[in-house]
Amino acid sequence: MEKKLYTISVYSENNLGLLNRISTIFVKRHINIESLTVSASEIENVSRFVVVVNMTEEAVKKIIGQLEKQVEVIQAYYHTDDEIIFTETAMFKFKSDLLFENPQIQNIIKEHSMNIVTVNRTFFIVEKAGRRHEIDAIYDAFAPFGIAQFVRSGRVAISKEAMNIRKILGEIVQ
Amino acid sequence: MKKTERIIGAEAVVRSLLAEGVDIAYGYPGGAIMPIYDELFKYQDQLHHVLTRHEQGATHAAQGYARTSGKVGVALATSGPGATNLITGIADAQIDSTPMVCITGQVASHLLGTDAFQETDVISISSPITKWNVQVTKAEDIPGAIAKAFYIAKSGRPGPVLIDITKDAQLAELDYAYEKCTHVRSYKPVPETNIEKVKEAATLINAAKKPMIIFGQGVILGAAEQEFKAFVEKTGIPSAWTILGLSALPTNHALNVGMVGMHGNYGPNKLTNECDLLIAIGMRFDDRVTGDLSKYAKQAKVIHFDIDPSEIDKNVKTDVAVLGDSKDTLAKILEFVQPKEHTSWLHEFRAFDNIEFEKVIDGQLNPTKEGLTMGEVLQGINKATDNDAVIVSDVGQHQMMAVRYANFTHTRSNVTSGGLGTMGFALPASIGAKMGAPERDVVAIIGDGGYQMTCQELGTILQTGTAVKIVVLNNEFLGMVRQWQQLFFDKRYASTEMINPDFVKLAEAYSIPAKKVVKREDLQGAIDEMIACKTSYFLEVMVEKEDNVFPMVPTGASVSDVRLS
Repeated sequence: MEKKLYTISVYSENNLGLLNRISTIFVKRHINIESLTVSASEIENVSRFVVVVNMTEEAVKKIIGQLEKQVEVIQAYYHTDDEIIFTETAMFKFKSDLLFENPQIQNIIKEHSMNIVTVNRTFFIVEKAGRRHEIDAIYDAFAPFGIAQFVRSGRVAISKEAMNIRKILGEIVQ
Repeated sequence: MKKTERIIGAEAVVRSLLAEGVDIAYGYPGGAIMPIYDELFKYQDQLHHVLTRHEQGATHAAQGYARTSGKVGVALATSGPGATNLITGIADAQIDSTPMVCITGQVASHLLGTDAFQETDVISISSPITKWNVQVTKAEDIPGAIAKAFYIAKSGRPGPVLIDITKDAQLAELDYAYEKCTHVRSYKPVPETNIEKVKEAATLINAAKKPMIIFGQGVILGAAEQEFKAFVEKTGIPSAWTILGLSALPTNHALNVGMVGMHGNYGPNKLTNECDLLIAIGMRFDDRVTGDLSKYAKQAKVIHFDIDPSEIDKNVKTDVAVLGDSKDTLAKILEFVQPKEHTSWLHEFRAFDNIEFEKVIDGQLNPTKEGLTMGEVLQGINKATDNDAVIVSDVGQHQMMAVRYANFTHTRSNVTSGGLGTMGFALPASIGAKMGAPERDVVAIIGDGGYQMTCQELGTILQTGTAVKIVVLNNEFLGMVRQWQQLFFDKRYASTEMINPDFVKLAEAYSIPAKKVVKREDLQGAIDEMIACKTSYFLEVMVEKEDNVFPMVPTGASVSDVRLS
């Protein structure tokens, strides 16, 4: 079976130590996590993990089983890229001199509709939210000019299908 | 409003344990758990604390207690090394689904993360091997944490839970009131049973010509022995067991066809690859059961009964999965299956039994060689206990011989470390097993290697007067590793030969009556004396040094390539 990128969404209680429990499920199986974000969800006190992995569907199904087995996990889902809307954010920092020395930098910023986060005498920072390949393209364009700092967030994703977490929580309580 | 009382956290721990019906706990005191021990001293009339000689012993004793009694085992330890010494037992309980609550003391909360004396991050260390764990830093959170711990440990697929309580939380006051936990909103212990799946399974069963059952510990954990027996008898299906399913069905039952797996019986291993329907009940297709998965029961349709949805399709692809509690699902399917007999198919198992008897079993039970065999020791124990002892085994050749040759009449009679394979398990586990089933004969079968991993627990036997019968089968080798060295490493016996102490003197140093047997004519008399003895008893049997356990499915081979020599 072929490997591909799967985005795993885990709804869980907001408890200390759960991040560790969830990450050990991947470590135990020698699975490299491509990206991981943890945040609040649409429900109070319920956290949402978004984990991106490159694996077969058969393996990802087993991972979902192990995730759902955790006492404090409410529900876990997996999706392919075409089943979700997803994005990631990147920030680039440059020395301010570069902006004046290399007009191409301004062109790249415009071309990619990037936001200018801050500009001062010594440095400036631009950001972009988008797909991985867009950010990679920007990185490649900027690289020859000397990037002072670069950071990229993990993927955040929202599924096209409904995830009835409130309903599931309600059913468990009953 | 519930009536509350003003007490300290440490007292709340003990009161909460009492509220959960705990009357016995195993443990070892130390700095960070002293306030709890101070309260245990006050409540000693209601809660018996057993001082083991090592924290690992406390976990294994708690496991042994849980396995024979069906209740939750409780183990206590201090922070740091006390907590890390629990880890092997917790991992063992996790993989063998044993309900256990471990309570560890922790350094005061203001010292967390400072590398304080005896500080370890036991929450992180135990996360991958606990069903749930929690650190408590406030006294008022103690009763709720303990209530949740017991609920999680025993519900659904059972497992170990750890509660780490900082010393300041033990000493601070709270308004105590106890309420049992009955649900956790993110946790569904028992999945709903889909009746359509039950019917689909019944249709496959009714149509099968050569069906075979493999049952695991799920039958015992679900207290479904009666339902299981009724199902087996109505359908007439030959039933084989995994190592942890052993004793759920009496050994002498007409449809009991023996053990599957690496050292299982010849028939069930061979016929796994000939049956047309494989019905797995409360078992998890461990690699020691299946051998090479790509050559495992490929011809058969597979039905899998389990309480844990993550076990379905984990190792073996199922055609029909019946989720739910085994007591419930087996009762349900009984209505839909037709009464049947599979006489000629059962005869195929018995034909393989005859071959195995001739090639393997006869030599164990009726040896012609001078050296004693492990099989004849087990046969002697069967005879002395009327096939009704609790057999606690360690890990290695003697374990395989114990489960192969011990006979069982009642459920919850086989206590062994199945999934983790923890040498040193049996001696401390036998102490807990006896306390969990005080009216029964509890016989620990241990090799000379494993015995020396936890033989300090003889001190626990001395102090508590627990009447366990200890049998060391001494071949002066780490026998199972030696067997593999003989078969797969050209007899290069790397670090497997043992120069042992005088085990009889060691037992006698702990005031335990002891005997050593080297000759066949002395064996049965010594076993009878041991079983008749009202106190604990130590019996060392010198067995054949280089005997091997057969049948054997070599690692990576198919179950149908099981070897008899």
